[in-house]
This record gives sequence, structure tokens and C-alpha cells, in this order.
Amino acid sequence: MTDVSSRVGMARYAARAAAGVARRLRGGSGTVIAGHVLEALAPGAVEALTTGRDVTLVTGTNGKTSITALTVAALGDEHLASNPDGANTRAGIAGALATGGDGAVVLETDEGWLPWAVAQTRPARVVLSNLSRDQLSRHHEVRALAVSWRAALAGVPLVIANADDPAVVWPALAARRQVWVAAGARWTADAATCPACGRACRRGPTGWGCTSCDLRRPRPHWWLEGNDLCGEDTRIPLRLDLPGRFNLGNAALALAAVDATGGVQLHDAARRLADVHAVAGRYQRVRFRGHDLRMMLAKNPAGWLELLDLMAPDRCPVVLVFNADGVDGRDPSWLYDVSFAPLRGRTVVVQGRRATDLMVRLELDDVEARLVRGSIADAVWVLPAGRVDVVGNYTAFQTALKEVRRG
Amino acid sequence: MADELTIVHVLPDLLGTYGDRGNVLALTHRAEARGVACRVVEVGLDERVPRTADLYVLGGGEDSAQLLAARTLLADDLVAAVLGAHTTLAVCAGLQLLAHGFEDSTGTRHQGLGLLDVECGRLEERAVGEVVTEPVDLPEVPSLTGYENHRGSARLHGSARPLGRVVAGVGNGHDDLEGVQQGHVIATYLHGPVLVRNPALADLLLSRAAGPLPEYEDPEVEELRKERLDVADPRRRRRHLLGY
Repeated sequence: MTDVSSRVGMARYAARAAAGVARRLRGGSGTVIAGHVLEALAPGAVEALTTGRDVTLVTGTNGKTSITALTVAALGDEHLASNPDGANTRAGIAGALATGGDGAVVLETDEGWLPWAVAQTRPARVVLSNLSRDQLSRHHEVRALAVSWRAALAGVPLVIANADDPAVVWPALAARRQVWVAAGARWTADAATCPACGRACRRGPTGWGCTSCDLRRPRPHWWLEGNDLCGEDTRIPLRLDLPGRFNLGNAALALAAVDATGGVQLHDAARRLADVHAVAGRYQRVRFRGHDLRMMLAKNPAGWLELLDLMAPDRCPVVLVFNADGVDGRDPSWLYDVSFAPLRGRTVVVQGRRATDLMVRLELDDVEARLVRGSIADAVWVLPAGRVDVVGNYTAFQTALKEVRRG
Repeated sequence: MADELTIVHVLPDLLGTYGDRGNVLALTHRAEARGVACRVVEVGLDERVPRTADLYVLGGGEDSAQLLAARTLLADDLVAAVLGAHTTLAVCAGLQLLAHGFEDSTGTRHQGLGLLDVECGRLEERAVGEVVTEPVDLPEVPSLTGYENHRGSARLHGSARPLGRVVAGVGNGHDDLEGVQQGHVIATYLHGPVLVRNPALADLLLSRAAGPLPEYEDPEVEELRKERLDVADPRRRRRHLLGY
């Protein structure tokens, strides 16, 4: 064993021990603390631990945790390393490699950390779901991220990308090869200008295209027809337990990535997707204080748009929990980028550290809501027994999930 | 007081990245609460800015969207005169578009509409965070609260006056000033959205466009103002620490 590999091996051992202690003391996965320990004891360990392995990176504003979980399920490889808990920055990625198996690697990657992750892990493929406004107090501008992706993806052997999002297609074109998936894009407000030349980008019934340069929607290799994933000579039924049209798009991207690995029978892979019932607690159904809760995450306008569509047929009460801490982004102005009118007529309870922001937002859309300070238990206390949708943005969702899982 | 107001939202597809659509919502909400019906006209990329509305609103946007908005607006010879003749709110990129010129992320200068006697440059560092200002020569408007996220500066000349003096945050990046007032135009770097967090400023614009308005207080909005000012205004924090 070389000095480097023995140092990494010892660091990995210590990181796993640290993760175990963290799990016992604080709950959670301990992935992030493991990552800190690994990198402190063996700088460069991420590169060492991914050398010679089949690495898939998954990034995008929305759907990356779900695509990662679906890809892992579809691969059906119990020896792989991944970060299913959504710890997707440097420490989370390092921690996943420290605590995961020694087989293939599937890593959800924060949008801003993609250039670093590509440089460190030299992935065989990168999956790009979509790119839209999120945490603008941290990322500032959508196009700046697209520019950084394009630079990072130059030389990457393969990108599996959503053909319906111009902000994803343009950086994907920098890779050596592309597999295009028509994964859908309900949110189009960040695609009014062409990411390549800045001129107007127009949408029509057959796709999108720049009015000035030659950037336009590429012909997809994979697309959805109803609940079937279709390719040139392939039709694969998708039977997901995860709700929503957007999760069919996520599944399509995941299966396209699995197909690109070779060696996995795609129909078998698709059948394994039905075993994914929740993703890091999202869509999880929990019995809590006489109520049947469905837990959901909405952390930006594009995510809200999808969730409001998903919730539209239902009329059960809704608890909305809203913070603006750290990874939530400090500026909740984006609440005004999406219409909450679909919630009119439903019983809506609001809480969280920025509950007042959300109360005002709902008032301007004529949505009646009740502010209930405190915990999820306090919120459901005022609701009749039965089904309740609980929707939180990032930190609010994590806190709510912990509470309802405790019972 | 007018019975109906027409509010024009200029290029919301390009100038609407930071929730500034909320400014139009705040205006309509507060007008309708006084019995003034509102008609909102959203101007798309291929559409001409209406000439005779009551109130015009421009929001913020990213660099590339701002440049496309500049090209679009400059192609209309009358748009500067229209905005200058009517009550207008311009936020962030909107402010820069109404100035003589502004710089993009590479430092290249671009021409604005020249409606404001203002030249916009680049701050050394991006300004991101809560802002509190004291309005200038607007006795009916109390402290302004908002959130800034911009790299642009604004240097005011001759006939342009500041909207406020900075208490917390960066603002224009010159002389501790924030925003611009000139003629019928009020411009600011504040998001939040600024008219949601500052109903008195919304009412000022409405009264300029529609005439005097009856009192209207929105307890939820007042609570939001209090929360944001308690967090961001150092004078309030000092008072809190000193117990008065």
C-alpha cells in the first residue's frame, strides 16, 4: 500500500467512526462530519477515492436528490457510494465517499459545487436536470451558474441533459457527447434570454429556440409518452410510487444515465424504480397526532409551481412552513415569482421563522391563511383529523421531518 | 380619487427575477382596498409600451435580460418620454435602464434611456443583504426596508435626488445614498418587494397616479415591516439593547 492510499484508508476509517458517533449523538446520517474528518486527515481524498471508479454526478436546481435516488435504485448495486440524504456540497460528497461502498459512485452535487466535483472526481457522466432561480442571495444569477457549468463540463465524456431547458442545454454542449432527455420544464421564466448570446429565446409547440443564434432544443434521445419512457426502439413503462409529472421526468433522466453505464437491463432497472417511495423524506407519508401527513419540499418558485400542480386535485388542509436561513437563501422575495392562487379555498396554516413574509404573500393572492407559531404538532392541532399536506422550504422541511418522525 | 387605474408592468418576462412582480400586486391590492379598480397590462418583448397608462413599473433582472430589455426599450423612441411623463417605479435593473448608462459584468458601458440624471457603474463587491434607508423629502414615508442583491452603483447628478439615506446596507454605493427621485420617477435598488414592505411608498405612487386616497392599514404588512426593521435597523437594535 502506498503512503497516499494508506493515509486515505486511515482517514476513511476515522471518518466512518466519526459518522457513527454523530449518528448516535445527533441523529441524521453523519455524512457531513465524515466528510470534514476525511478531508482534514487526507486532503485530496475525494480524488483518490474516485480514481478508477465509474462516477455519475447529478446536478440541477430541482430534482437532483430524486434523480440520484432513482439512479441508485435503478442500478441495484449494493456496493455503490452515494449521498441519498442530499448532503451535496464538498463535505457531503467527501462523506459519501468515506462512508459508502467501493463500487460505482452516484453523487448528487450542489449546482455551485459542480466545477469542483467534476475536477475532483473526473466523472464518466454528468446528469443535468434544470437550472432556475434559487438561493439568489448565494448564487446571484442563473446565467453565471450556466457559464460555470459550461466551463466545468468541457472534456467530460458524457452529459445526460434535459432538452427542454435552454439553461441546461447550452452548458451540456461543452461536453464530448450528449444524451438528450425530454424531461419537461414547467418553469420557463429563467429562459427568456438565450444563454449563449443573450438574445430572445422563444418557446413554441415543438420546442424552444434562440431568435438570433443557432441554439435550439435538441432532438431528444429519450422522451415520455404518458407514463412510458420512449427511445428510438424502446418503450419502457414507468410505474413510480413518487407523485407528479416532474418525477416522471426525473425517472427518465435517471434511466438514461443508467442506460449509459452499460451492463444494466433497462426494463429491470425501470421496475426497481417502483421501490422508491420517498426521497430524503420527501413525499413520505407519516401518521402523526391523528393526522395522515404527506411531507413535501418546495424551495424555489419552480419547485412551488410543480407542487401546486401536484396538490391541485386535493382539497385537504395544507401546512406551509417557511424559513430564510442559510441554504434556504436569505431573501424570500421569490415568493412573488409564483402564484399561490391554487391554494384559494383550502384550509391553510402557516408557520416558520419567516411565516409573516408568507402570510403577506398569501394575502396578496387572496388565500386565507392562519398563522400558528410553534411546531407541526401545534399546526395540526388546529386541523380536523385526516389528511394534511405539509410543505416546507429546505430548513423548515428538515425540522418538520425530524419532528414528525419522532412522533 | 380615480375609479380605475391602469398599471403597466414593463417587460416582466425580462425584468422580474427578484420577485418584483410583487410591486404590481402591492399596488393593485392597496388600490382595490380603497375601491379603485385596477387593470394590469403586462408588456411582452414584441409589444409596444402603452402611452397613456396611470402607473408604470419596471423590475430587476439578470445582466443578459437587462441588456435585452435595454435594446428593446431603446428601439422605441417614445418610451423615455412616456415613462418620464407618468408615475413610474423602477427597481434595480429598472433603475439602471432609466439612467444615462450602466455597466455589464465585463465593465462594458451600455446606454440607458437617459430619463434619470444618473450614471450607473459597478460596485467593487456585490451588495447582498437587508437595507434600511431614511427617505429624503418624503415626510409621509417612514423608514424604508428592503433587500438588495446587485453589483451596480448609481451616481446622482444635477436634477436627480436620492430616494433615501442609507442606515444599513449599501444602496447606490456613493455618498450613503439609495435610489433616485426625479420628476415622476422613483427608482431604487430595493427588492423585498419594496412596495410590499413599504406600503407608504406604494400609497405615494398610487396617490400621485390616482389622487388622494383614504387611510388603509394592513396589520399583516405592518407586522412584516416591524420584523424586518427590528432585524436590520441598527437604531432599533440599540434601542432594544438599552431597553427603551
